[in-house]
Amino acid sequence: MVHHIVGAVFVLIGALFLFLGALGIVRMPDLYNRMQTGTKATTLGNVLTMLGLGIMHPAWLLKLTLIALFVLFTNPISSHALARAAHRVGVPMTPLTVKDTLKDKKPVVKEAEV
Amino acid sequence: MANLLLELALAIGAAGTLLAVVRLVKGPRAASRAVALDVLTLITMPMMAAYGLYAGRQIYLDVALVYGILSFLGVTALARYADRGV
Amino acid sequence: MNIVTWLNLVDLLVCLVVIISAIGAAVHRNLLAATVFAGVVSLAISFLFLRLAAPDVAMTEAAIGAGLSTVIFLIAVRRTEEVEGKDQ
Repeated sequence: MVHHIVGAVFVLIGALFLFLGALGIVRMPDLYNRMQTGTKATTLGNVLTMLGLGIMHPAWLLKLTLIALFVLFTNPISSHALARAAHRVGVPMTPLTVKDTLKDKKPVVKEAEV
Repeated sequence: MANLLLELALAIGAAGTLLAVVRLVKGPRAASRAVALDVLTLITMPMMAAYGLYAGRQIYLDVALVYGILSFLGVTALARYADRGV
Repeated sequence: MNIVTWLNLVDLLVCLVVIISAIGAAVHRNLLAATVFAGVVSLAISFLFLRLAAPDVAMTEAAIGAGLSTVIFLIAVRRTEEVEGKDQ
């Protein structure tokens, strides 16, 4: 019975991280900051939730590990593709930005509504 | 006790879903909306898995996995459309 | 069994998500945004199918709504125009 409580606490912490990721996506000023908080926090929350579920029910651990590994592999890819596309079409940054290393790369598409 | 904690985690996840929908409605351009869609998927997948444990049926994990794969496909297609057009 | 649990709150919030996203998909003139809204509608409805204990229907909804229809809408938007009613 102890492992049920421990796993549920892990799931609760993971859900809290998911909530914080969604909160950051509302609060952040800029597309790139939003992408950063929406990717990292939700990945951690996802993996923590799957770990907690695996602790609660060890017979499902293989499939839960599969889902967690899938998220760990594909989430950086999709967010990287989104960030690259957004920078290429020239989505503006917040005025608080300190340094933009790719600034000299001209946006390829002028007026795409993305 | 553990079931109550799972229900609480599901409620927290649903509240996060509502926050992400706020960004989805407000989002100034379509890229912000795509980020909100990504976050919504990443919130919904562990919610599906947790509800699968709550209901005691393993096939719900398959639904979460299939949803993750197809939503990755959708977000990547959106990014590719924005980049150079499907 | 008529006990109100946290899960009823979850159902309520997910139904709210469905309604808001459906209105957004109908109202928006930018078709990319409307495509994203349609994807969110399909996501929330898939979770509601899970809540109704129909995992096969939820899997089909996920496959059609999230994967296929998003890509087909994107191809259609690519072929036609991105913002609805811009040229009149």
